[in-house]
Amino acid sequence: MNALLEVEDLVVEYPGKGLRAQPFRALKGVSLDIRPGETMGLVGESGSGKTTLGRAVLGLAPVTEGSIRYAGRDIGHLGRRPRRALADQIQVVFQDPYSSLNPSLTIEQILTEPLTARGVAGTQAKGRVRDLLDRVGLPAGAATRLPREFSGGQRQRIAIARALALSPRLIVCDEPVSALDLSTQARVLDLLIEIQENTGVAYLFITHDLAVVRHISHRVAVMYRGELVETGDGDQVTSRPEHPYTQRLFLAAPVPDPDEQQERRAARRALRAEAEGDAA
Amino acid sequence: MTAIDIPPAIPTAPVRASLLRRLVRRPLGLASAIFLVIVAIIAVVGEWIAPYDPNKASLQLVLAPPSPAHPLGADSSGFDILSRLLVATQVSMAAALVALVTALILGVISGLIAGYYRGWFDSVASWATSLIMALPGMVVLLAARAVLGPSVWLAMLVFGVLLAPAFNRLVYAAVVAVRGELFIDAAVVSGLSDMRIIGRHVLSVVRAPIIIQSAIVLSIGIAIQAGLEFLGMGDTAVPTWGQMLNDAFINMYKTPLSLVWPSLAISLTCIALTLLANAMRDELERTVVVRRRRRRAVTTATGSVAAVTTSIATGGGDGELIDDSVDVPVVSAETIVHPDDALTSAQLTEPILRIRDLHVGYDQPDGSVLEVVHGVSLEVRKGEVHGLIGESGSGKTQTAFAVLGLLPRGGSVTSGAIDYDGTALHSAPEKVYASIRGSRIGYIPQEPMSNLDPSFTIGSQLVEPLRVGLGMSTRDARAKSLALLERVGIPNPKRTFAAYPFEVSGGMAQRVLIAGAVSTDPDLIIADEPTTALDVTVQADVLDLLRDLQRERGMAMLLVTHNFGVVSDLCDRVTVMQQGLFVESGPVRTILKKPSHPYTQSLLDAILDEGPARGPLVAAGEQPEGARA
Repeated sequence: MNALLEVEDLVVEYPGKGLRAQPFRALKGVSLDIRPGETMGLVGESGSGKTTLGRAVLGLAPVTEGSIRYAGRDIGHLGRRPRRALADQIQVVFQDPYSSLNPSLTIEQILTEPLTARGVAGTQAKGRVRDLLDRVGLPAGAATRLPREFSGGQRQRIAIARALALSPRLIVCDEPVSALDLSTQARVLDLLIEIQENTGVAYLFITHDLAVVRHISHRVAVMYRGELVETGDGDQVTSRPEHPYTQRLFLAAPVPDPDEQQERRAARRALRAEAEGDAA
Repeated sequence: MTAIDIPPAIPTAPVRASLLRRLVRRPLGLASAIFLVIVAIIAVVGEWIAPYDPNKASLQLVLAPPSPAHPLGADSSGFDILSRLLVATQVSMAAALVALVTALILGVISGLIAGYYRGWFDSVASWATSLIMALPGMVVLLAARAVLGPSVWLAMLVFGVLLAPAFNRLVYAAVVAVRGELFIDAAVVSGLSDMRIIGRHVLSVVRAPIIIQSAIVLSIGIAIQAGLEFLGMGDTAVPTWGQMLNDAFINMYKTPLSLVWPSLAISLTCIALTLLANAMRDELERTVVVRRRRRRAVTTATGSVAAVTTSIATGGGDGELIDDSVDVPVVSAETIVHPDDALTSAQLTEPILRIRDLHVGYDQPDGSVLEVVHGVSLEVRKGEVHGLIGESGSGKTQTAFAVLGLLPRGGSVTSGAIDYDGTALHSAPEKVYASIRGSRIGYIPQEPMSNLDPSFTIGSQLVEPLRVGLGMSTRDARAKSLALLERVGIPNPKRTFAAYPFEVSGGMAQRVLIAGAVSTDPDLIIADEPTTALDVTVQADVLDLLRDLQRERGMAMLLVTHNFGVVSDLCDRVTVMQQGLFVESGPVRTILKKPSHPYTQSLLDAILDEGPARGPLVAAGEQPEGARA
C-alpha cells in the first residue's frame, strides 16, 4: 500500500531574534510516513519538535529543507491558494479546546465555516451540522450555543466535528486529550478510534503521554530534540523500547501500582546511573 | 501530564442582546444616544427647519438681542443665529465625519494588514505611524491651509491622516493578540481565504474597540474643526459652529450671550460622544473578554506572589448537554474509610492536620453562597504523605487553599474546623496565618513560573522569607539558600541564585520553589499538583526530590493531584474526592488495588496504562505488517 503522507529529511528553522542571529532549528531532518487509515503516534517532551512537525504538515510552519509529500505530491512549498485547496484532505484538532474555537461564534457557525469556504451553499451546510454533531455524540441542540457553554471534553468533540466537516483523509491531532480529565480522555480517544474505523481517516497523533499513544496508535515515533530516535509498532515502542531516551521516557511515567512503581523507580535510577557511568 | 485547568463552569446568562438594546438600559448611554440622534436629524434637515435663510443679512438685525422673532438674536452681519446654528450642524458634523472616515480607512486597514501578515509592511507601517504621531497636528493643519486653501474638507482630510495612527495602533495590537489564537490556525487549515479570516475572526475581535475609538475621534474632529474655524482658517462663506464662535468672540463685549449657543452645540456634542463611548466600552468589553481562568494573585507568607488558579464546578450547570466525564455513581455523603494496613499502621503517629466537616463556599453576585466543598473530614499524620485525588472541579484545590487560608476573593470556610497542630485555622485572623503559613506550613504550587516574581532574582525571593520569617541575618539566609539550591539538585546554585526566574526552565523553577517551601523547616507541606506542568522525565526527578526531602526531614505532606501514578509513587494514604465530597479514604495500596467505591473504580478503569496496545494496521486484503517483513 502506498503511503498517504511521506515526510523526508524535514528541516524546519525559525529565524532568530535580532540581526545576524542564528536561526533556531526546530526539526533536524525528520522522516516518517503514514498509510491511509493508520494512526501514527508521535511522542516527545516539550521542545522536542513534535508540534512543529504537525504544523509543518498543516502548512503552518516553514519547510527549510526536505520534503512533505501527500498522496505523492509535494505539499511542503505550496502557495496560499493551492494550500487552501488541500483543506478537504488534511485537517487538525488542537490541544487547547478553549483557544481553538472562536468564542464569539455559535457552534453552527463554527461547523459550517469550512463548508461555506469551499462553496457549499449556506442552507446545505447547515443541514450537515446535525449529522456532524451526531457523529461526535453531541445533541442537535448544541448548534445554537456558544463555545463557552460547553465543558473541555465537549469542546474537543466540537473541534473534532469541525475537522470532520470536509471528510479529510488525514487529521493532525496535536495533544487533543492532554487538557482533559482522565475519564473524559478515554472517551474522546474511543471516539477518535470509532471515527477512524468508520471513515478510514489517518491520524498523525501528537502527544507526550505514552499510555495515550499506546491506546490509539498503530505505529509510534519518538522525538527528542528535533530528531526521531525510535519508530516502530505501537506495542513494541511503548512496552519494550530500544532507544535509551524512550526507555527513560517509559520508566519516568509513574504507574498506579505502588509496588510496581517502586520497581520502575529502581529501574529508572539504575538506567540513569548507567548513563552517568558511561558519560564519566 | 500537562492538564489545562478547566475554567469554572459558572452559569452565566448568555449576553446576546444587541448592543443598542444594552446601551439603552444605561441612563447616560440613553441620554447621549438621544442627543446625538437629534443632532444627526438636525444635520440632515437643518436647512429646511431653519426659520430664516442663514445667508440673508439684515442691517436692522446686526447684533440684535434675542426677541420672539429671533429667539437667539442675530450676529454682527445681521444673520439669524438660530438659523445659522441649525444649518451649521450639517457642515460641522460632516467635516468631523470626513476626518473620522479617513482615519478609519487608513488606520484600520493598515493595522489589519500589518498585524495579520507582519513582515515588511509591518515595519513600514510602524515607521509611518511613528512619524505621523511625532508631527505637531496644528502646525501641519495651518501649513496645509496655506498650501491647499481655506477648504474645511481638505483640512479635515489632512486631519484624518493625522488621526489614523490612533486606529492603526489599536487595531494592530488587537490583531497581533488574536493572530496567535488557535482558532485562526484552525480557520487557515479549514481553507478559509485570508480575507474571510480577517473579516470573520479578526474583525469581530477588534470591532468593539474600533467603535469606541470612533466616537472619541469624532468628538476630537468636531473640536479641532471648530478650533480651526475659530482661528479664521476656514471658508467664511460656509456657516459652521467654529465660525459662529469666532464671530461671537469678536463681539463678546456687545452681545456676550451669542457666545453661548455655538459653545453649547460644540461642547454638548463632544460630551455626548464621549459618554456614549464610555457606555459602549462598558457594555462591549464585558462580552469580548474570554474568560479562561479565575486567577488572583495572593501574597503568600513566603513573600512570593502565588497565582491562585481555581476551578469551580457547579454540579450540572445549564451548559451540560451531555455528561462527558463518566457514568458518575451517586455521591453519597458517607466516606468509605479503609482501616490501616501493615505499612501505614507501622507509622501510626499523631495527626498534624485535622479537617472536620469542612464547607467552602463562594459569595455570588446575587447574595447567595455557592458551596463547592460540602463537608469533608481528613487527618494528615506527622511524617506521612497524604494524597488528595480528584478530577478538575472536584474541590481538591479548594480544600487545600482553605487550609492555607488562600481562598480566592469571595471564598470562605462557611462551616467546619481546620486544626493545625493545636491551632484552629478555620476562623483564624490573618495574623495567625502569617505566623504559620510559609514558616510552619510550606506550599508548592502547580505553575512554577507564575509563582516567582519576574522582577526579582531567585536569590532575593529565597532570602526574603528567611530574613523576615525566621529573623536570620542576610549572610546566614544567603548561605542557607545556596545550600538548599544545591540540595534540590540545581547544578550551579550560585548562578541560579543570581538569575531571574525567566532565565531558568520550568523544572528548575519548580526545584527553586521546593527549596523555598522547605527553607523554613515546616512540619507540613501542601503541594498542589506540583508536577502537572512538567515533562514526564522532569516529573520523575521532582518526585524523587520530594520523596527524599520528605523522608530526610520527616515532614508531613498533603499532595493534591489528579494523577494516580504520582499518588502511587509518593503517597502513604489517599483520599478520593468527587464533587466537593470525599468518597473514599485509606492506605494507598487499598485504594489503588482494592477500591470499594464505584467512583474510584471508574477512575482507575479510565487509566490507559494497563490496556493493550492497538497493534499494527491491518488493511483489507493485506498480510499483517509482521508477516511481510
